Amino acid sequence: MLYMLLINAGEIGADGGAAECTPQDWMTFDKEVRDAGIMVDGHSLADLVTATTVKVGASGERTVTDGPFAESREVLGGYYVIDVPDLDAAIDWAARCPGSWGSGNVVIRPIADFGA
Amino acid sequence: MADRSVRDSVEAVYREERALLLASLVRRFGDLDLAEEVTSEAIEAAMRTWPKDGVPSRPGAWLLTTARRKAVDRLRRDKTYAARLAVLQVDLSRAEPVAAPTGDAEVPDDRLQLFFTCAHPALQAEDRGALMLRCLAGLTTPEVARAYLVPVPTMAKRITRAKVKIKDARIPFRVPTVAELPERLPGVLQVLYSIFTEGYAASSGEDLQRLDLAEEAIRLTAILRRLLPSEREVAGLLALMLLIHARRHARVGADGSMVLLEDQDRGLWDRTMIEEGRDLVFVALSGESPGFYGVQAAIAALHDEAADIATTDWPQIVALYDVLLVISPSPVVALNRAVAVAMRDGAEAGLVLLDELEAEPRLRDYSPYRTARADLLARAGRRPEAAAAYRLALDLAATEPERVHLKRRLEAMEE
Repeated sequence: MLYMLLINAGEIGADGGAAECTPQDWMTFDKEVRDAGIMVDGHSLADLVTATTVKVGASGERTVTDGPFAESREVLGGYYVIDVPDLDAAIDWAARCPGSWGSGNVVIRPIADFGA
Repeated sequence: MADRSVRDSVEAVYREERALLLASLVRRFGDLDLAEEVTSEAIEAAMRTWPKDGVPSRPGAWLLTTARRKAVDRLRRDKTYAARLAVLQVDLSRAEPVAAPTGDAEVPDDRLQLFFTCAHPALQAEDRGALMLRCLAGLTTPEVARAYLVPVPTMAKRITRAKVKIKDARIPFRVPTVAELPERLPGVLQVLYSIFTEGYAASSGEDLQRLDLAEEAIRLTAILRRLLPSEREVAGLLALMLLIHARRHARVGADGSMVLLEDQDRGLWDRTMIEEGRDLVFVALSGESPGFYGVQAAIAALHDEAADIATTDWPQIVALYDVLLVISPSPVVALNRAVAVAMRDGAEAGLVLLDELEAEPRLRDYSPYRTARADLLARAGRRPEAAAAYRLALDLAATEPERVHLKRRLEAMEE
């Protein structure tokens, strides 16, 4: 079963990276996911200042704005798609992901299966 | 055989074996809805055939075989299950070379995994108890709705939502490993305790107690105790429930009003239940680092053993609350400790502690806190202050019997 782990960034350190884990932590986790053979997809997203939001209104007019509408402090920083047997396994992987530590969190979303 | 006695035995089987049957089918087919449907169908089949053919020697095994066959029939008809069936088919043919409805196999006890599934932390807290009452206690959806005092469609929606989450997010039907148990078991116990407290002290409504709900919680906890005999906190929780439930007949006056512990007729307390609870307290507290429920049960046992409020072992109770504050610090524990201190050292000593808790946001609108403060002020002879405190408590009281009780106390203070 496919699960997407949505990594919501926690506090940002002075260097612009996550404050509560090191690049080494991420590299270790990434390697673990790959070595376990469950990695389907995953990317780290570029800095938030590079984000652009597009909305199309009822009459078809486009609105393009800078950045996401940040209604909360949670900002999606990256994601993994993993293939594991059940939610407990996905929870275990999410707990190992540095993104879930400290002020960050990881949201687990099963990927819809339309029986294709 | 007369219809009536057959119906009685079917009902007995239903109560005893439904959860066992359901759990076993969930394990086999990994689908709660399917398991529930074929469980009901198997019970219906029993109602039809047993009056003709007699009740089989092992009714549970008969039901399981019948339900399994119905499940396989359904899966065959349902294309989306075809792939899964192919896997199951091999499994089924291997496990049951002769699947006669008179099969003598014991129904395997898979209920433990159902406990952990129903109490899974990924489910909404309010749905966990409902799911447990539905799947493990075998209550119908209208019965669960009545238990939680919500409309039937609301409860039906909640149960459906929980089942969809289990199925679509694939919450596994499994028993946690020994390493995971310390993390997962408290959640299960919490759900059972919340079912019990909802029955013992209804959060709203006309009646003070709903005994059927408290009894279901005790029954489920007793099952869990059999399934996890070495977990001392399960023993502790069961002890706590029994020691509180033992006072049920003394807690309500003839007019339905609440009777406080100090005014209860202790002759009405259920001695057998107290004995059972006490024995479990010894189990719960044997060994190192006692647990939250074990210590609470020990406190309840001290109350239940005392002949009256004056001879209750208050120093020991205060000491146990001290332990509890270390294991699980909370304003509510601190409140109960303050009341025990008042019993040991006098009302003024308790009031000093209660006033220290005044700033706790969780206690500000908590009616037991307001009531305790009013009672201690009354006991200390500070009548005008007590009257004001009773008025505050009255505003917060959740049930009618509580309101009646508080009004009486208020009037006594105003005389």
